[in-house]
Amino acid sequence: MNLKLNQLDQIFVIVNHWLLGYLPPAVRPLCSSILSIALIIVTFALLFAITTVLERKGLGRIQNRFGPNRVGPCGFLQPIADGIKSLTKEDIVPNPADHAVHFLAPVLLVAAAFMAYAVLPIGRNMILVDLNAGVLYFFAIGSLMELAVFMAGWSSRSKYSLLGAMRAIAQMISYEVPLVLASIVVIMQAGSLSTVSIVNMQATYTGIWPHWFVFTPWGFAGFALFMIAATAESNRSPFDLPEGESEIIAGYYTEYSGFKFALFFLGEYIGMFATSAMAITLFLGGWSAPFSFLTWIPSYFWFFAKLLTIILTFIWVRGTLPRLRMDQLMNLAWEFMLPMTLLNLLTAGVWHFMSAGVLRWLICGAMVVVPCILLSRGLKQRKKFQVRKYHFSE
Amino acid sequence: MNVPFIILAIITVVGTAAAMGMRNAVHCVLALTVGLAGVAALYLQLGAQFVGFTQIMVYVGAVAILAVFAIMMTHSPEPAKPPTFSSFWTVGSVVAAAVFAVLAWAIHSSSLATHTLPPQPEVTVQQIGDALMHRFVLPLELMGLLLTAALIGAVVIAMNHREETK
Repeated sequence: MNLKLNQLDQIFVIVNHWLLGYLPPAVRPLCSSILSIALIIVTFALLFAITTVLERKGLGRIQNRFGPNRVGPCGFLQPIADGIKSLTKEDIVPNPADHAVHFLAPVLLVAAAFMAYAVLPIGRNMILVDLNAGVLYFFAIGSLMELAVFMAGWSSRSKYSLLGAMRAIAQMISYEVPLVLASIVVIMQAGSLSTVSIVNMQATYTGIWPHWFVFTPWGFAGFALFMIAATAESNRSPFDLPEGESEIIAGYYTEYSGFKFALFFLGEYIGMFATSAMAITLFLGGWSAPFSFLTWIPSYFWFFAKLLTIILTFIWVRGTLPRLRMDQLMNLAWEFMLPMTLLNLLTAGVWHFMSAGVLRWLICGAMVVVPCILLSRGLKQRKKFQVRKYHFSE
Repeated sequence: MNVPFIILAIITVVGTAAAMGMRNAVHCVLALTVGLAGVAALYLQLGAQFVGFTQIMVYVGAVAILAVFAIMMTHSPEPAKPPTFSSFWTVGSVVAAAVFAVLAWAIHSSSLATHTLPPQPEVTVQQIGDALMHRFVLPLELMGLLLTAALIGAVVIAMNHREETK
């Protein structure tokens, strides 16, 4: 019984080895990589298709209307129709545009988004490469996406695109700082930059409870800060100013049409899944089960269950919160998120050097909650709420 | 001299050469980014993961973005048409040749050229961390203090800014 469950858990690894057994040994490493990469691309592109339907239907439900409900059962074949539509549309490139850069931007964006999956453990023994600087690799690849956004905005030779790109880059740079600082607490505690060893460390249990980092004061604060920064990094509502439809049409991809537009859409969602998967790896125990008596369920199931939960939360947040203004966005990053992440580093250090017990929980909990309340109170007090005066419209 | 090295070397050299030869400032920055990414790939090929990824993060993620941001805010979108060769290209090429000659001479006469290299050590991030925390702990702490002070200083300036403008 136990062996069979283990085989179910490792089924992809076993099938991979079985398929490679038919090949000559010289080409095995290359074919193994190609097989795994193809599987990752297909899986996450499919997840993207499912997410677009879920998002449109979920937003429809929140806004008291039907979502897509015509194509296929309950509208679930809508992405296929969308895909055919974007493939058959004319690809329009503006005349003054920089053609080479205009073409390369969506390619670089999607390539960078998919490259991040190389270090994400999807299940037990299911990772493309276990780099011992895995987390660093993830953030290095993330910075490539900013360059792609700039290339798209600049090469279009359109005011809207340029404004969108400037907003997007300013936002991505500002929120990259709290994103990285929030994940450093996990690296401090795990003592490793390898995603595999970070997950392995969390996949142990006391009684029935797992040792996920989110179940500590610094881990919880880190997770919350990481998720806020991740929402901003992936340009999602309420931080979707770079593509604020009412102001700058579609931001940096205004001048893209047909399948290139679809590629931007794909890249954005794939990037969002990757950051969510990193949050799962760092704080939510990766592929490990939430209770020790549930470990018989295959590891990849837990990974995708957690990923879908985070995606649904993203959709929920998008349907609930209004869009921020540019100055509010920057103030949140530099005046609230940054001090909180720095304090959280201190909290993680205190937690590490205190002996386990109730006192450690009380002190570290207070170190997270008290500054959070004081800082938000202080920032609120400095704001004098009044009728806003627009200097540029007079 | 193996095939991956030759490919990466070509990418690096072509990228940096294009960075100097192109007319449009943004194209130059993008070409330079390709060159810097090629250098990062060379580090990775030598097994220096930490240095390679830091190179991508710092140069591709920060320096290139800073450069294009500066161009985007100051440069007019119409590409200017300066001549490809500047007026003092002879002096420039003499200086470049001299620097190359000195470097080549230094490398050729050093012990590296004559001795066979020891086997490539497998450096993990763990070892780099150990070295930073034991042998180089004072410089590390000073750098950390300096950077954190700069970061907090930037935030303080940003916080006071609004009251001044009112």
